[in-house]
Amino acid sequence: MRVPVSWLAEHLEIDPEEATAERFAEAFVRVGIEVEGVEELGGITGPVVIGRVSAIEELTEFKKPIRYCQVEISDDDEENGIICGATNFAEGDLVVVALPGAVLPGGFEITARKTYGRTSEGMICSATELGLGDDHSGILVLPSGTAEAGDDAIDVLDLNDTVLDLAPTPDRGYCLSVRGLVRELGCAMDVSFVDPAQFDVPEAEGDAWPVRVADPVGCPRFVVRRASGVDAGAPTPWWMQRRLLLAGMRPISLAVDITNYVMLELGHPLHAFDATALREELVIRRAETGETLTTLDGAERTLDPDDVIICDERGPISIAGTMGGESTEIGSETSDILLEAAHWDPASISRTARRHHLFSEAAKRFERFVDPALPPAALERAARLLRTYGDGTIHPGRTDVGGVPEQAAVTMPIDLPDRVAGIYYARGVTARRLSQVGCRLQVDTSEQGAAQVTATPPSWRNDLRQPADLVEEVLRLEGYDTIPSTLPAVVAGTGLTRAQRRRRGVAKALADEGYVEVLPFPFVAESTWDAFGLADDDPRRRTMRLRNPIEADRDRLTPTLLPGLLDALQRNVARGMRDVALFHIGQVVRPEAEQPDAPELGTAGRPDEAELARLYSAVPPQPQHVAVVLTGSRQRSGWWGKGEPASWADAIQAARTIAASAGVELRIRAAEYQPWHPGRCAELLVGSETVGYAGELHPKTVEALGLPKRTCAMELNLDAVPLPEQHVAPVISAFPPVRQDVAVVVPSEVPAADVAEVLRSGAGELLEDIALFDVYTGEQVDEGSRSLAYAMRFRAADRTLTEDEASVAREAAVTAAAEKFGAKLRG
Amino acid sequence: MSGANDPYDPKQVAELAPEALEDAVTKAMEAFGAAADLDALATIKPAHLGDRSPVLTARREIGALPPAAKAEAGKRVNATRQRIQEAFDKRRAELQAERDSTVLREEAVDVTLPWDRVPRGARHPVTMVAERVADVFVAMGYEVAEGPELETEWFNFDALNHTEHHPARLMTDTFYVGEPSSGLVLRTHTSPVQVRTLLQRELPVYVVCPGRAFRNDELDPTHTPVFHQVEGLAVDKGLTMAHLRGTLDAFARAMFGAESVTRFRPHFFPFTEPSAEVDIWFPEKKGGPGWVEWGGCGMVNPNVLRAAGVDTDIYSGFAFGMGIERTLMFRNGLPDMRDMVEGDVRFTLPFGTEA
Repeated sequence: MRVPVSWLAEHLEIDPEEATAERFAEAFVRVGIEVEGVEELGGITGPVVIGRVSAIEELTEFKKPIRYCQVEISDDDEENGIICGATNFAEGDLVVVALPGAVLPGGFEITARKTYGRTSEGMICSATELGLGDDHSGILVLPSGTAEAGDDAIDVLDLNDTVLDLAPTPDRGYCLSVRGLVRELGCAMDVSFVDPAQFDVPEAEGDAWPVRVADPVGCPRFVVRRASGVDAGAPTPWWMQRRLLLAGMRPISLAVDITNYVMLELGHPLHAFDATALREELVIRRAETGETLTTLDGAERTLDPDDVIICDERGPISIAGTMGGESTEIGSETSDILLEAAHWDPASISRTARRHHLFSEAAKRFERFVDPALPPAALERAARLLRTYGDGTIHPGRTDVGGVPEQAAVTMPIDLPDRVAGIYYARGVTARRLSQVGCRLQVDTSEQGAAQVTATPPSWRNDLRQPADLVEEVLRLEGYDTIPSTLPAVVAGTGLTRAQRRRRGVAKALADEGYVEVLPFPFVAESTWDAFGLADDDPRRRTMRLRNPIEADRDRLTPTLLPGLLDALQRNVARGMRDVALFHIGQVVRPEAEQPDAPELGTAGRPDEAELARLYSAVPPQPQHVAVVLTGSRQRSGWWGKGEPASWADAIQAARTIAASAGVELRIRAAEYQPWHPGRCAELLVGSETVGYAGELHPKTVEALGLPKRTCAMELNLDAVPLPEQHVAPVISAFPPVRQDVAVVVPSEVPAADVAEVLRSGAGELLEDIALFDVYTGEQVDEGSRSLAYAMRFRAADRTLTEDEASVAREAAVTAAAEKFGAKLRG
Repeated sequence: MSGANDPYDPKQVAELAPEALEDAVTKAMEAFGAAADLDALATIKPAHLGDRSPVLTARREIGALPPAAKAEAGKRVNATRQRIQEAFDKRRAELQAERDSTVLREEAVDVTLPWDRVPRGARHPVTMVAERVADVFVAMGYEVAEGPELETEWFNFDALNHTEHHPARLMTDTFYVGEPSSGLVLRTHTSPVQVRTLLQRELPVYVVCPGRAFRNDELDPTHTPVFHQVEGLAVDKGLTMAHLRGTLDAFARAMFGAESVTRFRPHFFPFTEPSAEVDIWFPEKKGGPGWVEWGGCGMVNPNVLRAAGVDTDIYSGFAFGMGIERTLMFRNGLPDMRDMVEGDVRFTLPFGTEA
């Protein structure tokens, strides 16, 4: 809410020296009202005066209407000829003239200049050009009698002022008004203030209009007042126009301006109907399906059965608390006015405003909370302004249906604020602060003999419902800066869990291996699964759908990290990077075939175990995955020689790196699994459980996604990898080893890993290490076979091993391989 | 050769003759001087100092001398040997110095040549900052709690004291997942983990909850629909707002330097009451030290504690939360959110593996 400092100061008993924008802003921030802007008015130098338009010559030879005006700029008939492009004024009107030599806000210099074939000696100003709000609808016309020609405009317009742009939190609807802001300032600065709603409202004499509230939930209170004989052409006084302009509103007509002004001043939105357009009884009810209403903005709106509306005999005339209808709008001839002030259900207004995208000033207030005690005073204030400035007659009747709900009193130990803040406040602070915010208080002693305070919140506060709410009032008004800084005695923790440490270790290991961590979004298009070549019944096609995605086609929560990683890979390649290796560790969503709905639970207490079980089972499993993708060179070419392209082997090695970091043994076997190349895909196992896959991607997937050729990938479910048992420290033998090599010829389809495994078990305990160092196919071995050469290191725990002992073990290994795979020792 | 008891004059034994010894010294010195490098020197060393060298041969003759002559002869032989050894050491030192000054220079390489056959990767700064934040709290005794990103509305809103019509529940703010009856949303903050913690752990609890959260915003320089938070929760007997302040001050010092402190401004959050926004005094702020808006905090709303079955007469708690992207933006002067989500390696690599 935008409000000038002078308006706030008017209601505060404060030394004018203290009533500065800086002090106010500081006070607002301290009590929790955000200051989004501080805009000093003025910034005008040189001669800017009030002028009276004495003659208008319409220049017709131009494409747009141009006026050449004679404007009196002093009280001795001095006139300047001025060109003006606006048409919203007439001869005799008071306008603001910037004379040559003046500089307007933004450094806009005014000079006498030839334009449209005339010499223009100055400029007739709009409100915007003078820094008063953002009304671009024409030049500023002051009500007659506001000033005399030649008067200094800065004084007349009262430009020595500053506008504060304030953003109260949504729980403080009352702060969207001068009334509420003044109270906050009074409390924050400890000065007296005058509540502008505090005046005598006369007793009503009968009704003002027949009203029936059919929906008391949506409309707890509905009040109307009538004023007639209002001069439809009466101008809005300048002081009121000025405040509306500074608040960012556009002055329209006296009746409308008054309703807006009272809303800014007291915080209660009002609506003005043309009483002659109303037919019979007003009914407040929910809309019926199919009903429509053309609102003030000219839009025909289809009403929803959840919208609360006001109707007369002919149907809907207004959407409650949001926007009025065109048919009963105040027109240029309206002199008989029915003023409405109602209390609406905030939630209902909120839904209606969003449904119709009508975020009006009224809706903004009603959806927070508006003081339900205020309607009679707000109507009285508006009616009196209509009488004063529109010469109207206020009818003595007032219709007031419904009422003000009782505010529940809240009781708390009087030292609760001290206990929450961790400070001893001076005696009486709690009672003083609570009464400052408007609570009625009763201080007494509880049954246990402790002092307690019972506070009945004021009608404008619906946010004071429990002791904690009262505590906050005391703490914030005393100042959060008075709260000391002390560390609690935290109970001893046990540090990161093993799974958490493992995740960090895995990330670090992958980064050390050359992979760069990325954090892609989890949103994916369903078409991805076709590109992946997934079968129709592949469980990865079972995904959760976003009802309101950012990109309509990316509406699935991904069950695999690969799509996001491949996107990122592609982006890097598109940006000219050739060698790209990426990794991501994150949750994926793997819904069950039958995912139960979440139960509807209250919040009054802990759900019972059955309810909790249903709650937990409604949440689809979301295991932590780790995945890598890579393309380009894995080992770069350089002055040292040729590099190595990233290959299926690197992708599988990434899984080994993870397993090593996680302290588990990884088993690898050939598999066919989309989206991997069927001949270059490894299944990754820990124990007997498959934890993931790695290898080169299927050429079809590469092509469908437009990826670099032979892009490789690995993904595994980190949660499926068991945390290893505590490692038993190995016994290290200090005796010398014996090294022997062995080359065996086996059928080509036998996996090297299996051969190594058989050799290992065949060699027995003396074998300390075995490593593959050569793979050969060619003339020297039979077709369909290959030679695998291993370096073996033997060692005994208790003695120096002899070559002969090692040879025996080696032969045993070869024998085992021969039995299992028909392996032959290569000569 | 003479017998052991023959009364020979040592000078009569050819090998022990002073001239012979002098000759050995001269020859050795000449030979050492002629050695061109350490290898050559090592090769000729046995001829002058080895077992069969003249001086050691001479020493073996001493044993045959009469006792009276042994001492004198031994002295001369030892002196001779020492002179040859000194000549050797001197020459070796000369040759070593020569090698150090010339030969090693000839072996010099260009040490600026790159050797990044497999260049190092890097971790994402967002994860590293989240871990750093967690570590600071773990050092205070907190534990790290985690939870699912796809969450029930009950955990994300209801149990956190959001009214049925709270604007945060709107589809313009929150991602809804599955059929309307599913009751599932992408969590809009990591706060549901706090509720899970209260339901699952014994009191007292001190936890931090790092994680990913989601809001229905378009990606632009200052917004991202997927972002990271770290939240903290403490529920214990007698916790106060002063404790909250002390905790965040300690955290600010650990994270932003010894001079850093926090400032609380009253604010509104459904799950805390009283609530505050936290500003951090950041000495290295761009354009000079100043306050930076950094997160939210407050005393846990009793409604939240009650929904988790905590006895509010005995326990109270505080909670706080911060955006990791935001923290990075001001700490590392990051101008554009999008850099953090696009995965361009040029953005991430400079952060290394420990930001």
